[in-house]
Amino acid sequence: MSEAHILPIIFVAIMGLAILVYSLLDGYDLGVGILFPLSQQREQNRDTMIASIGPFWDANETWLVMAVGTILIAFPKAHSVILFELYIPATIMLLGLIMRGVAFDFRAKAAVDFKLLWDRLFKLGSIVTALSQGYMLGKYVTGFQAGLIAELFSLASALGVTAAYACIGATWLIMKTEGELQKRSTYWARVTLNIMFLGIAFVCAVNIWLNPQVFSRWFDFPLAMFVLLIPLICLLLFIAANYLLRYYPLDQDRLNYLPFLLVCGIFLLSFVGLAFSYFPHIIPGQMTIWQSASDTASLKFLLYGAVVVIPVIIAYTAFSYIIFRGKASELKYY
Amino acid sequence: MLDTLDLSRIQFAANISFHILFPTINIALGWILFYFKLRHDISKKPVWMRSYRFWVKIFSLTFALGVVSGITMSFQFGTNWPGFMETVGNIAGPLLGYEVLTAFFLEATFLGIMLFGINRVSSTVHTLSTFIVALGTTLSAFWILALNSWMHTPAGFEIRDGVVYATNWWDIIFNPSFPYRLIHMLLASGLTAAFFISGISAYRIRKGDPKIAPRAALKTGVSLAAVLIPLQIYVGDLHGLDTLKNQPAKIAAIEAVWETEKSTPLILFAIPDEERRTNFFDVSIPGMASLILTHDIKGEIKGLNEFETHPPVKPLFFGFRIMVGLGMCMLIFSWASMVLLIRGRPLPNLLLRGLEIMTFSGWIATLAGWYVTEVGRQPWLVTGILRTADAVTSVPSNHVGITLAAYLLTYSLLLVAYIHTLRVIAKRSITVEEFETLPPKFAEEYHTNLDSRGLTK
Repeated sequence: MSEAHILPIIFVAIMGLAILVYSLLDGYDLGVGILFPLSQQREQNRDTMIASIGPFWDANETWLVMAVGTILIAFPKAHSVILFELYIPATIMLLGLIMRGVAFDFRAKAAVDFKLLWDRLFKLGSIVTALSQGYMLGKYVTGFQAGLIAELFSLASALGVTAAYACIGATWLIMKTEGELQKRSTYWARVTLNIMFLGIAFVCAVNIWLNPQVFSRWFDFPLAMFVLLIPLICLLLFIAANYLLRYYPLDQDRLNYLPFLLVCGIFLLSFVGLAFSYFPHIIPGQMTIWQSASDTASLKFLLYGAVVVIPVIIAYTAFSYIIFRGKASELKYY
Repeated sequence: MLDTLDLSRIQFAANISFHILFPTINIALGWILFYFKLRHDISKKPVWMRSYRFWVKIFSLTFALGVVSGITMSFQFGTNWPGFMETVGNIAGPLLGYEVLTAFFLEATFLGIMLFGINRVSSTVHTLSTFIVALGTTLSAFWILALNSWMHTPAGFEIRDGVVYATNWWDIIFNPSFPYRLIHMLLASGLTAAFFISGISAYRIRKGDPKIAPRAALKTGVSLAAVLIPLQIYVGDLHGLDTLKNQPAKIAAIEAVWETEKSTPLILFAIPDEERRTNFFDVSIPGMASLILTHDIKGEIKGLNEFETHPPVKPLFFGFRIMVGLGMCMLIFSWASMVLLIRGRPLPNLLLRGLEIMTFSGWIATLAGWYVTEVGRQPWLVTGILRTADAVTSVPSNHVGITLAAYLLTYSLLLVAYIHTLRVIAKRSITVEEFETLPPKFAEEYHTNLDSRGLTK
């Protein structure tokens, strides 16, 4: 197999990794923002919730730059088409990201009178970001078709993604908080888990119904016997999470990380499912990775660096998570 | 009615202008924080830790604004300038890719340790994290300036079927204008941060802050400015000479020289008129432009009329003079303050006031300089390869109009909030001690506040 064939596959894998890691990591910190309680007496809760994502959010958002960057760099033609189609929702998402990113810092430093205002903006920005990402996912999956069904599908996807982020955020909080806030987080996790389940089931069903190609990919024998394990395991994870969450938090806070891991598993399988539905198309039904790839020499030049640097990035990211392990209430700003 | 091209250009200019404000402060502020932390680690004097703690707050706020506006930048290429990546993506892609890989993750991750980790890691690891964050911001500047410089003076490539392919990465990265532009920008960052620190410290002192920390920071800022400004003037001159060689039309527009002539005068002030192709109300020094640009008073400078296309004259002419004028002010303020500090005198109120006014002078000078160089590349997006007009998106103009309005509104609000918050932080620090959040075991040894060891009179 030639380099021109292999390199786009490697880069689409890097892109997939970036998108998956982004959805997990920024997913939980967006989720914390979506769940942000705004009433007066919840200020303590808000401070703890912010402390739980404080050391991480910045690096988490960098995975979005990496994901968009990989499409921009490795698949420039696809990048142009995607962002042309998503011009307005992408801008709305960016404004949401701006709002929440700065609110985060301003709330701690601005005059006290403005703290609640920044908290509101933080929640609003997180919700706007999550909704527009879900909407864009819906548009992308339908190949940017216009029309009522595609719009409704995209809106459903927007709600599904927002619920999914809220769910992973709630399980993150189960891990990072204690006492009353932890109990509340458990409740949030149970509610959002069910909405997320409906969202994923709906997207799967519509997708198979609308796209005969996707249908045949999933239901052709003999491959179907293996690939159908993906939705099956996903379903089992849902049932397990749903069951376990009834008993949380456990005595002495045992296994407080387990719901988070289960939801990560659901994210991973959903992502693999999506990727499997469309590969090697980078825009469903329109363009393959090879049609949109950059020049081989440029990809190779970048690959040398990526091979060295990505493991280093993963290593120091892990280092940072180890440093900041444990409950967020112990975290002090500065 | 503005079309998609004009609106996209304004939107890109608004985005990049807003974005660059924050890295310009933080590239150098990161190194200054590292210096504060290192001084503290070596001398164990609490004043350095207090300086660190005050400035790290501002660093983190500035960083947040830089990050969110930077994410917006990474989308602009695709949303508004698809032709850019389609034509030169093989060059621009890897350079941007290396910026993400080597700089963004590094600074973002270690920033977390720098801000939140002080009680969780050893002091050495914390100092090291500060160093890595500073290094990350500088690496980021390295890659993005390599790409920007390549757009001005492309090298190391070939064109096949209208698409650019890389032939030599060394030549691409170290293209002719890169070394000058990189050093010019890093020095600009140093000066911006130096006046930023001096200005806010001067504000605190003038408002009656009795502590040593703002005086230590003021001295650091002023000394840094006093050292960097002559270097900047020298490097700026080299950068100009390089531009004369590679982009002569830009220099002709900066100097508003219409006809090729020998012994070209240096125009201090004028109103250039592009339609009548002449200058009005000019005040000039004979032969000076030739002397500066060719190092020969009789040297010849090519006039604008000789170029087939040239950039618009007014923005370059005035932008350049704003930048140089502010540079001169920086020279005066930093050296005047330096002389007094060396003699051990406290700065008089008037000078403190002046430094306060100069707080954001670096921003204005940096923006003016960037407008000169970027507008000076027009009508090209990549000199000789791609015209700006050919790279723009086909998104309808009303869509771009809406997003532009939304960005402008957001950015204006954020800028107001940022400056307001700086004021709040500075005011609060006058009465509140910096080390309040230190763990108790540190707080005890640091109990004296008005200790007069070291820095100030």
